[in-house]
Amino acid sequence: MRHKKAGFKLKRDPSARKALLRGLVTSVIEQERIITTVPKAKAARPLVDKMITLAKRDTLHTRRQAASFLQTPASVKKLFDKLGARFGQREGGYTRITRLGWRKGDGAEQAMLELVGSELVKRAAERAKRREDRLKALKEGREEEGGEEKS
Amino acid sequence: MPNPKRRHSARRTAARRTHDSLRAPGMAECPNCHEPKLPHRVCQHCGKYKGREVIEVAEK
Ligand SMILES: [Zn+2]
Repeated sequence: MRHKKAGFKLKRDPSARKALLRGLVTSVIEQERIITTVPKAKAARPLVDKMITLAKRDTLHTRRQAASFLQTPASVKKLFDKLGARFGQREGGYTRITRLGWRKGDGAEQAMLELVGSELVKRAAERAKRREDRLKALKEGREEEGGEEKS
Repeated sequence: MPNPKRRHSARRTAARRTHDSLRAPGMAECPNCHEPKLPHRVCQHCGKYKGREVIEVAEK
């Protein structure tokens, strides 16, 4: 009987679940913040914390332990070179989950899982500019098309 | 397969549905923009949570 074996199954068999979580943890370490569903964030969070705890002691063995879980060499490097020092003084609680509201397509509640201390710098202006550029490019493209049709 | 033997009256249907009504979610007020927001979630209006945690919201 599976009494008292609670946890997040995420509707996957064990290998698919492990692969998913490894991917999420790798992304959090590389990107600092990810947006995913609440259960996935909750499932990945303790794993991220464990990786950072590993990184506090930089030995060949701990590096290999991290590398056996993380999916990219770059993430292992960042974990030990940057995050180990960054969270050296902090006793746990390296990550934060913030609920963001519900996804349009299927109503799944989204959450942001981020490393503490990577709070968002305002990028809205930058993003708005990118969108403007894209729209402009689109419009120009359309005008060209229209011109071709006329000729 | 078993099937209903008799039709239900409209009253029986209505009586069953007396417990089906939806309730409005308990809303909190955003401390930043004072719009109603759901508790423990980022404000959909200004994108803030506990002062910062800005999820970028389209300007205006
Ligand atoms: Zn607000």
